[in-house]
Amino acid sequence: MRVVVDFDRCQSNAVCMGIAPDIFEVRDDGFLYILQENPPESSRSKVDEAVRSCPTQAISVEEG
Amino acid sequence: MVGASLAGARAAEALRREGFDGPITLIGAEPHLPYTRPPLSKQYLEGTWGRDRLELKAPAPGPGTGVDFRLGTRAVGLDVARRRVRVSGPDGAGEVGFDGLVVATGCHPRTFPGAGDLDGVFTLRTVDDCDRLKAALDGGPRVAVIGAGFIGSEVAGTCRKRGLDVTVIEALPVPLAGALGEGMGHVLAGVHRDHGTGLRLGVGVEGFVPGPRAGDRHRVAGVRLADESVVEADVVVVGVGVVPTTGWLDGSGLAVDNGLVCDAACFVRAEGGGPGPGFVVAAGDVARWHNPLFGEDMRVEHWTNAVEQAEAAARNLLRGPGRAEPFAPPTYFWSDQYDVKIQYVGRARPGDRMVLAEGSIDERRFVAVYVRGERVVAALALNRPARIVAWQQRVASRSSWNPDLD
Ligand SMILES: Cc1cc2nc3c(=O)[nH]c(=O)nc-3n(C[C@H](O)[C@H](O)[C@H](O)COP(=O)(O)OP(=O)(O)OC[C@H]3O[C@@H](n4cnc5c(N)ncnc54)[C@H](O)[C@@H]3O)c2cc1C
Ligand code: SF4
Repeated sequence: MRVVVDFDRCQSNAVCMGIAPDIFEVRDDGFLYILQENPPESSRSKVDEAVRSCPTQAISVEEG
Repeated sequence: MVGASLAGARAAEALRREGFDGPITLIGAEPHLPYTRPPLSKQYLEGTWGRDRLELKAPAPGPGTGVDFRLGTRAVGLDVARRRVRVSGPDGAGEVGFDGLVVATGCHPRTFPGAGDLDGVFTLRTVDDCDRLKAALDGGPRVAVIGAGFIGSEVAGTCRKRGLDVTVIEALPVPLAGALGEGMGHVLAGVHRDHGTGLRLGVGVEGFVPGPRAGDRHRVAGVRLADESVVEADVVVVGVGVVPTTGWLDGSGLAVDNGLVCDAACFVRAEGGGPGPGFVVAAGDVARWHNPLFGEDMRVEHWTNAVEQAEAAARNLLRGPGRAEPFAPPTYFWSDQYDVKIQYVGRARPGDRMVLAEGSIDERRFVAVYVRGERVVAALALNRPARIVAWQQRVASRSSWNPDLD
């Protein structure tokens, strides 16, 4: 699974970071960084939760 | 599901995810598929985001695993004993039966006496409201915003971004004093002023002033304040808060008191406060539930809570009251005004102590925390998005305040 963020939509609300801090990090510069673009399968439910919880629907998951 | 917006859609999605494969009907008064509202006072109103960015990605309508959407259809009554919702829609009056019910009818704007009589006076809740307001802003009007709450403040900021002349009128001495405390209100008043927005604080509204000429008596020309002064305006946005949409539940026997009253697991209580039917849950802006984390009944009018509560309520509906789990979130919301991002976790009350925990108020980059006794009950980050998650964890774990925390 590959985590993709549409940075044009992302408003750095950091909701994703609250759910999966090992994958998403909003840094002091105010921007979101993806720490693991290809997280392990065991992270899937957290990533899915972040997808659902992102207020701007900026996160998506690509398979493969 | 009654209410086909954020909470209704997310509840439907959660039911499917939890393995429910029976029929799901979403009854929604608006003619639109579920969409997201926060951009209506921000990017969509400004014109930088199109309609496509408002679409909520799930759930898919259609037969099979899909959801039956009854749009443009209003629930007008509930018969709990017979498990039926009375509806009125394009096909006339009817009934929809159910085994389990999720109430997600949200809130609607509070209005002002006389607001409906004049053209040019707007409230903002739906995309249709927003399209009307947007069209009015295209003419380059002078704008008055009544109420410096979240939506009023955001609309003012967006109008300034569009280069319009804006005055905000607020009965309290500073913006958002109720929600964030007076200290924070002073900071936000400064943000309005620095962006060239006029502020009339601590003064109530007396009424609307109609146009002076015979031809424009039906149009608003200004707002008259309690001190008899007039704020001239071609467009007036009324942002004086919202009220939970529970009128359709009159006579249902369910407990309504500033929202639909629920237990800790989001099951709706019976009138009088006793246990309810056990197959009706509520979520989102309409629901007032007992949050064990703060030990109080609360209703939250924010996006993230609608998502989290819808998922929790749907899960509990499938489990039944016996196996249900309490919904005890720290609660989070954000607001974007001008160049300021506010993020807030927790629940403060008047009387809680506010302490600057990180950063600088003058630079408008800081975290302030609200402390009750020893416990950190809430935190507000202003232009510090990197730090909110750390404070969210402290609020959720009932941490005590310790100035040496980093
Ligand atoms: C302009 C604006 C900006 C916002 N910005 C932010 C923000 O920056 N951050 C944040 O955290 N939150 C924000 N919010 C709040 C957030 O949008 C709400 O918390 C969220 O929409 C709540 O979702 P809900 O599904 O509970 O209720 P709603 O979105 O209010 O949906 C309720 C739905 O039920 C329908 N309905 C009502 N009665 C009936 C009936 N009898 N029969 C059938 N259908 C019915 C309504 O038509 C509506 O579609 C904003 C809201 C607005 C309006
Ligand atoms: S939750 Fe969405 S908007 Fe917020 S930081 Fe993450 S990707 Fe960006």
